Amino acid sequence: MRFTLNGAETEVHAHPMARLLDVLREECGLTGTKEGCGEGECGACTVLVDGEAVCSCLVPVAQVEGAQVATIEGLGGDHPLQRAFCDLGGAQCGICTPGMIMTAMTLGPEPTIDEVRTRLAGNLCRCTGYEAIYRAVLQATHAEAVS
Amino acid sequence: MIARAVGSSAPRKDAAAKVTGAAKYIDDLNFPGMLYGRTIRSTVPCGTIRSIRFSFGPDDGFTVVDHRDVPGVNAVAMILDDQPFLAEGRVRHLAEPILLLAHEDREALLAARVDIEYDLEEPVFDPLHSPETFKHIRIEKGDVEAALAGADHVIEGEYRTGAQEHVYIEPNGVIAVPERDGGITLHGSLQCPYYVHKALKVLFTLPDEQVRVVQTETGGGFGGKEEYPSLIAGHAALLARKSGRPVKIVYDRTEDMVATTKRHPSIVKHRTGVMNDGRIVAMDIDVLMDGGAYCTLSPVVLSRGCIHASGPYRCGHVRIDGRAVMTNAPPNGAFRGFGAPQTQFATEVHVDRIAEALGMDPVRLREINALRPGDTTATGQLIEDDCSALETLRVAVERSEFQRKRAEYAGTSQGIGLSLFFHGSGFTGSGEVMLKSRAALETTGRGVRILVASTEIGQGTRTMHAQIVADALGVPYADVEPAQPDTAVVPDSGPTVASRTCMIVGAILQRAAYELREQLGGLPPAEHFRRHGRTMVIKEYEKPEDVNWDDATYRGDAYATYGWGCDVVEVELDPDTLEVRATDVWAVQDVGCAINPMLVVNQIEGGTAQAVGWALNERVVTREGAMLNATLTNYTIPTTLDTPRMAVTVMENPSRHGPFGAKGVGEMPMDGPAAAVVNAIRHLGLDVREIPAVPELVMSAPKIDAVEPVAA
Repeated sequence: MRFTLNGAETEVHAHPMARLLDVLREECGLTGTKEGCGEGECGACTVLVDGEAVCSCLVPVAQVEGAQVATIEGLGGDHPLQRAFCDLGGAQCGICTPGMIMTAMTLGPEPTIDEVRTRLAGNLCRCTGYEAIYRAVLQATHAEAVS
Repeated sequence: MIARAVGSSAPRKDAAAKVTGAAKYIDDLNFPGMLYGRTIRSTVPCGTIRSIRFSFGPDDGFTVVDHRDVPGVNAVAMILDDQPFLAEGRVRHLAEPILLLAHEDREALLAARVDIEYDLEEPVFDPLHSPETFKHIRIEKGDVEAALAGADHVIEGEYRTGAQEHVYIEPNGVIAVPERDGGITLHGSLQCPYYVHKALKVLFTLPDEQVRVVQTETGGGFGGKEEYPSLIAGHAALLARKSGRPVKIVYDRTEDMVATTKRHPSIVKHRTGVMNDGRIVAMDIDVLMDGGAYCTLSPVVLSRGCIHASGPYRCGHVRIDGRAVMTNAPPNGAFRGFGAPQTQFATEVHVDRIAEALGMDPVRLREINALRPGDTTATGQLIEDDCSALETLRVAVERSEFQRKRAEYAGTSQGIGLSLFFHGSGFTGSGEVMLKSRAALETTGRGVRILVASTEIGQGTRTMHAQIVADALGVPYADVEPAQPDTAVVPDSGPTVASRTCMIVGAILQRAAYELREQLGGLPPAEHFRRHGRTMVIKEYEKPEDVNWDDATYRGDAYATYGWGCDVVEVELDPDTLEVRATDVWAVQDVGCAINPMLVVNQIEGGTAQAVGWALNERVVTREGAMLNATLTNYTIPTTLDTPRMAVTVMENPSRHGPFGAKGVGEMPMDGPAAAVVNAIRHLGLDVREIPAVPELVMSAPKIDAVEPVAA
């Protein structure tokens, strides 16, 4: 199976029904995508498939054949969301952070707080009570719009 | 001039690794030749094992371990040492570990079947009918019966709290690596490396140096990775020793929820004498906690619970009688707040009921009775000038516009309630004296390195310790680097629990930094290192001379100091579904000194959300000792849409014991919200005295006007 992973053509040999999560972590060696529940409830395994946020624990790898897959590793490290999560304490224990940032990537420019809350409703965090995450997402998305 | 680090919201030391996905958690690590481990658990809550049958043969590549493979003591070294690593015949709770399997192929491991037959025994699930008490505590002050007899009114009530699952987003996991010398190295997601170190030494009868425990990046703990990792570590280590290969055990979410510890369910009864003018003159409190099948940490959870059971109130005559008892539920354990959220929930709902009975404003009643400097607690501890009960109350009431809303919401589907609370910093009683924690600093080519076993579990240990050391040493924050907790490298600074990492361990580090500063003679640490090589300073906990505790009588200074807090919560009731939603929280908390204000606010927001979940959403449903809703679909922690808006106010009334005046902060946010939620529901006229306040409970709640004062 072939797909584009963080901009690079990638071929994997996993069983077509293998979870995308396992293929990313084990065959591709990208462990930034985390498993929190294995049932699509916590969002820690969120990646983008053709720009849409999906729980990679629920996606068989066969479904991403020919698709664009983006993981946290593809952001480099200096993305405005990553900088804002660093500056404002959006990452605490950090296990939900990659999934949280990937979901936040799908927000439009200058989202309202209600839009942020609704978009992140599928990503669980047990450390922050979400407030620091809102602050980070709002700062990043609004700073982006300014620059 | 070096910028002051303490008091600044310095960026977290671990942020970059966490936002890029580079941070390595236990499931991200693999070792050559590694096997996967699995735990075979009892499917009954109480019984004796009659037979065991395996679906695989001796040539199928499985490593199998049972209790006969334990070389040392088959008990998790904790308080009573009653919990076996592997059951020896009798099982006392559902999901109790009986056998361990390991295999190199995960699919084969999961497909393996082990059928176990039991002779069943009658289990006990109701703590009121427990056959065994793990711990009984009695605290007495004054003459309660005489004071009750002399009171204008006696108000009684019973309050219940349910179990709570931690739901750290990273489930429990460890990897054990067998060493050539017969030793074990254990990597894991855990809070207390030296707890695991001790448990493995006893399990294998190994000397200190042959057991090494390394904490990996840990995806949340909240107490759930305080004592339980010792058990999993033992399991992986037994498999590793038998197979001669590294073994990884990572629980899936359901196994983690079914088998690991939860917050102790509680039943607390109050009988309170009050005068017509609102003075509380007698408090008679009975605390019952369901410890589950083994003792684990129940005695100390009960202890903190009992000491906080009279709340932040002045009262001359107090009797607190507490018991932690055995049932056939899986063992309950440490969870943020450690008993204090349960008992203060009861106290704070009861105080609102007293106000209702007297026809008095709940704020006024608290103002009359709140602890002030010069008062004494139930254990006889003198409250000092760093008490902020009245101040947090005043600020929370003002900022939330409590009085205006209390009047305006009457008769609507909106309610507003409050709670006042306190939380002791550090280990209870003589705990810190017995721990003898040690912390060290060493110079390196880059600056200075912090050597502590205190773990980063999301709360900001690395960052906050580095800020304390930077200022005490007079070096830039960037020059201070925390070491990863590894028992081969760091001294035992005690467990990462009990709101002690900043106040207790931070204070030891501060003293170490002052001494190192003298030794450096004005040179920057890196320059000193280049000229003279490594310099290390190690310091041990020193008990303040005037902080004294008597374990025998439960009298004295239970904690060196306390944090203080007041929460106001607004709720909305859906009249059709009877769902209660918390919409807004004002949290005002005195933490002594906010070493890092951003981290402090993060702790308060996160703890508040966790407590609102406990109050409204999080119900552990059990049948015959088994958790039925052991998934994140059916056990619902707050999402972004369930979590109220939060307005946090941090107050700083310094303690003379903490570094730069700091008190504990991690647990206290858990103490207040649940009672404030229920008091807001009571404001709607519904007589709720129990959490979680799910719609079924709200539906059956009597109307409040049924409550009448009981004449003395």
